[in-house]
Amino acid sequence: MNMADLPTDGPELDKMNEWFEKKFEEEMKKKEAAHTPSMAIIATKGTLDWAYPPFILGSTGAALGWDVKIFFTFYGLLLLQKEMNLKVSPLGNPAMPMKMPMGPEWLQKMNMPMPNAIPSIVPGFETTATALMKKTFKNKGVATIEELRELSEEADVEFVACQMTVDVFGFEHSDFIDNVSYAGAASFLPVAQKADVTLFT
Amino acid sequence: MTVSLNNPVSAELDATGLSCPLPVLKTRNAMKELASREMLRLRSTDHGSVKDIESFCNQTGNDLVSSKEEAGTYEFLIRKR
Repeated sequence: MNMADLPTDGPELDKMNEWFEKKFEEEMKKKEAAHTPSMAIIATKGTLDWAYPPFILGSTGAALGWDVKIFFTFYGLLLLQKEMNLKVSPLGNPAMPMKMPMGPEWLQKMNMPMPNAIPSIVPGFETTATALMKKTFKNKGVATIEELRELSEEADVEFVACQMTVDVFGFEHSDFIDNVSYAGAASFLPVAQKADVTLFT
Repeated sequence: MTVSLNNPVSAELDATGLSCPLPVLKTRNAMKELASREMLRLRSTDHGSVKDIESFCNQTGNDLVSSKEEAGTYEFLIRKR
């Protein structure tokens, strides 16, 4: 049958349209089933608290069977260091609702917003805040960043570091774990364009 | 572990006390060790895992055979696709 013989109106056309819609839906379903979802994440922050989102979402995406790439840029590069020494600062972070991870129960239940004016003048305050956060996370059965990074690697999450910020901050490739490739914006954007999920963290 | 009609579970995973996303990540690793149609029994205490394990199974095509709660512990039976 050639195009000229196709019905242009009447029950024949309705039948053909019905057939097409059904077939189209079937084919789309097949295509969807064969499609591996993908996710592109940008990690820009290097504090202990903000280190969690990219690794939690990345490792979980991979666990769901997705292809995951994380692009580390600016302070996010700290998350690729062989030895991570991430800290959390209560300074300029007034919403941080921390509770005492030790001591009697009444104390542990008390809300203690991190004072915002003190940290800059008390030496060691950041170290204390970091220790408290680590302890709290551990008590709640939350993975460490090191653990989440390892689980991400195990699940084939791809790590890409932004070469420009590596240079700007004077890092060497040897500062970072082995499983990292180096690229720039022009490499990230086409990946993000094709990704089903793109996140900026 | 022996698999029988009375005990159709091939592997056990204890994720009690662990928070998101560890129950899912550990389940993914445990499922990798199983052959097709084998069953994993997972226990967790993370309330979020009720929805998360269901979503994991939907996404990965594994079969969530059952999901129940008893005294704050959640138990899931997952059959590998």
